[in-house]
Amino acid sequence: MASLKDLRNRISSVKSTQKITKAMQMVAAAKLRKAQDAAEAARPYSKNMARVVANLSASMAGQPGAPELLIGTGQSETHLLIVMTADRGLCGGFNTNIVRKARERIVELQREGKTVKIMTIGRKGADQLRRLYGDLIVEKISLRDKKEIDAGIAIDLGKKITDMFEAGEFDVATMFFAEFKNVLTQVPTGKTIIPAAESLSDDEAAEAPDLKGAVYIYEPGQEEILEELLPRYINSQIFFTLLENAAGEQGARMSAMDNATRNAGELIDDLTMDYNRSRQAKITTELIEIISGAEAL
Amino acid sequence: MADKLHFSLVTPEREVVSGEVDQVVVPGTEGDFGVLPEHAPLMSTIRPGWLTVIEGSDETKIVIRGGFAEVTPEGLTVLAEEAAVASELNADEIAQAIQNAREDAADADTDKQRETAQDRLEYLLVLQEAAKAA
Repeated sequence: MASLKDLRNRISSVKSTQKITKAMQMVAAAKLRKAQDAAEAARPYSKNMARVVANLSASMAGQPGAPELLIGTGQSETHLLIVMTADRGLCGGFNTNIVRKARERIVELQREGKTVKIMTIGRKGADQLRRLYGDLIVEKISLRDKKEIDAGIAIDLGKKITDMFEAGEFDVATMFFAEFKNVLTQVPTGKTIIPAAESLSDDEAAEAPDLKGAVYIYEPGQEEILEELLPRYINSQIFFTLLENAAGEQGARMSAMDNATRNAGELIDDLTMDYNRSRQAKITTELIEIISGAEAL
Repeated sequence: MADKLHFSLVTPEREVVSGEVDQVVVPGTEGDFGVLPEHAPLMSTIRPGWLTVIEGSDETKIVIRGGFAEVTPEGLTVLAEEAAVASELNADEIAQAIQNAREDAADADTDKQRETAQDRLEYLLVLQEAAKAA
């Protein structure tokens, strides 16, 4: 049986842990709202972009000379997996779930004899993949020093990725991230961004506007517009995904910390019960000692 | 018959403008073009420059860079990588940014980098002009 002092120490230590988790939960809740707003504000751009690119590419696909970013290199030998995770932990299974999803894909691709390259965005993903697939990681990016995610980050990333593609370093690029369903649920997802045609087909936003019989005037040509827009489309996809992931991270952290706070509360209750019981037992023993001492006289 | 044009200007980060206006002048790659209500469907890339929104006797000037304009029967949508309303500009910040862009252009290793830096510089110069005028 632990002594009273030990119990007292444990109670106070769990109490301070609870204070920390509670504070983290509230911070995550505030950040979550901000992240959600940012994702919401970015939606019109990425939606419009997807729609326009989808329309353009629908009429371009199948034609010779369609850009490779759109239709791919015609093979799928080398895959680039872009694993987007958080830079910090303490957010429940958020990072692990994304990494697991990516790992499943790696195993699958390797079984098919494909070459796999990994780009990690966020430190946690790199940490978890390093042990098994350290030699496959070609690029590690941390967004830790960035205060908030702005379009500039996505443009830099997009450029890096399209440059690699143009240098022939990979054929297919897939992003792994957590799709933000709601605050409590984030679904780990894989999404192909290059060739762009594949990601467009998943996009429900890709619906042609009703032109009422008229035909678009293209300025300059259709091909030039598409070539100019495709990298931007990829950037906007990356940007939106980053925002969504950031919101998911905060949501996951909020619920993880909520659980932790609740568990700490239960633990405190149990410990307090133990403490009181031993205190009473001690008093009873002392009383018995005094009484039997008095009786003996 | 719609006598107003639905116009929205969207950047990756937010929707800058959205509403009904009389006319918009867009800086297209192949020259500026005005869009009135009932304009024929059009798609055009844009160059860094001024976009003018005309509503009654009011004119709002917005500097935009990088992107794309689309006219559909529903209205005009401009997707720009960056947009700044002329009256909200800060001349000192722009001067600083121009300085940076110049250095970037000078330090660029590849043609592509130089091109990007040059593009940015062009945009900033337009911004500076806009700030002076405002």
